[in-house]
Amino acid sequence: MDIAVRIGSLELKNPVMTASGTFGYGEEYAEFMDLNKLGAVVVKGLSLTPKEGNPPPRIVETASGMLNAIGLQNIGIERFIQEKIPFLRTYDTKVIVNFFGDSVAEYVAAAERLSCEEGIHGLEMNISCPNKQKGWCIFGTDPRVAAEVVSAVRKATRLPLIVKLSPNVTDIALMARVAVDAGADALSAINTLTGMAIDIRTKRPKLANRTGGLSGPAIKPVALRMIYEIFSAVKVPIIGMGGIMNADDAIEFILAGSSAVAVGTANFINPLAASEILEGITAYMKTEKIDNIAHLTGVAHET
Amino acid sequence: MSRFFNATIQENVPVHANHNLLTLSIPEGAPAPLPGQFFMLQVSRGSDPLLKRAFSIFRTTQQGVQLLYRIRGRGTEILRTMKEGAVLEMLGPLGNCYPNPPRDKMPLILAGGIGIASVFPLIEKFAGRSIVFYGARTKDDLLMKDKAEKLSKKLFISTDDGSAGSRGTIAAVLSSFLADPHSPIPDCHIYACGPHPLLRAVSEIAERHGVTAYVSMEEHMACGIGACLGCVVKTRSGYSSVCKEGPVFKSTEIVW
Repeated sequence: MDIAVRIGSLELKNPVMTASGTFGYGEEYAEFMDLNKLGAVVVKGLSLTPKEGNPPPRIVETASGMLNAIGLQNIGIERFIQEKIPFLRTYDTKVIVNFFGDSVAEYVAAAERLSCEEGIHGLEMNISCPNKQKGWCIFGTDPRVAAEVVSAVRKATRLPLIVKLSPNVTDIALMARVAVDAGADALSAINTLTGMAIDIRTKRPKLANRTGGLSGPAIKPVALRMIYEIFSAVKVPIIGMGGIMNADDAIEFILAGSSAVAVGTANFINPLAASEILEGITAYMKTEKIDNIAHLTGVAHET
Repeated sequence: MSRFFNATIQENVPVHANHNLLTLSIPEGAPAPLPGQFFMLQVSRGSDPLLKRAFSIFRTTQQGVQLLYRIRGRGTEILRTMKEGAVLEMLGPLGNCYPNPPRDKMPLILAGGIGIASVFPLIEKFAGRSIVFYGARTKDDLLMKDKAEKLSKKLFISTDDGSAGSRGTIAAVLSSFLADPHSPIPDCHIYACGPHPLLRAVSEIAERHGVTAYVSMEEHMACGIGACLGCVVKTRSGYSSVCKEGPVFKSTEIVW
């Protein structure tokens, strides 16, 4: 049975990875799961300089989901390279670094710095953050701004470049085409959906940041529909995510058009979720007599 | 032995209005919890409620672990209905613990409301040696008062409505205790758990008297192991995770 998948020039031994921001820098989960089992570890989003993040409360549970407004708190690229890469290098898994900036120049500088380190196999660009130079518009929701930042980063790195799309747009297929035309080797979808919860006693938003990103099973149907639309629009591999809790969910994402899947919020509920999902996928392939995982990608589109 | 395992409910009994005592048997070889640590429990099989709930560890016995909890939301409402024999996914013990006081220091242990669950292992550990300050809303909300009385050198009680002990907050009782020039123990360490405003008051009082205080903080949690960065409190060195760098912090580290 062949479960290896290709994401641009990057070969993963299997299609299961972790979603950025839900798996720390890998070491938090190493006690529970053998990280060698993962196709890739996608680490918590990094910026050139450390970020403090948002004031608490940062998370609130909602029906079959959770809102988070962590505010991209991270230790910065230098500390990551010094303190976390040596640990990750001891594992036989691919390391994909999620990164972001608040200007095109910062994105470029971050990509350049990450590209000259051993032990980083791919980059995932988070474009769901605000562009401070252009009146706080979100990079990932304006096609022109998205095109500008992705092409700038494309010129700055030779590593496989994955662009993580924001679902908070009218036409996800258009954003996918923009990212691919600007040089993305692959796409991750979806990031969290912007949402809100209000405390009826205090009559104020529950999150200090007022709004947050919704994740968990609640967003799965939206995520699946978007993967389905992206698959029809572009030719590059898609890493599907958004509420995957078990192998059945993951298989739905693959059938919709994903080449690989990322497990996010499920890690919080079950620290073994990612490895159990991989086992479930191979069990399904056995039952369905499918010898190559690639044969499943996008099957839901066949008439 | 993994810190993620299945636990079986042995007993889940009401101790007072809106408070239950849950006894769980945990697998052999599970790490023994330290005072101040906590567990996270999955109260549902489905996706709603989605996240695990954090509970202080009240006691560790031969039979397993005991959690004393207040029923105050959907998660604890579901937990209340769970019967003997039910199996729950559990993560823990998690977080740091209350550090030991130096040899010559007297432990002063303070609890507000259900905060008693977190400090109770300390009351047991320092049996006969600590002074305990325990405040609650009413007489009925004082849990395990007799046990605390038996295990402490002296127990001070306060209630918001004056139905037991002195009327007012337990921080006020601590304040007058420390201000008393005849106070037998000038040299002490404070350990406190309770609502945020109470801990802030304790921190101020401790600082005023030059006494070291450790407080156990609370925030909504998702992962419980320092990965999601959801449960932070502001400290002098930036935001710290309550689940991993806490829940116990030196009071002077917290930016109140």
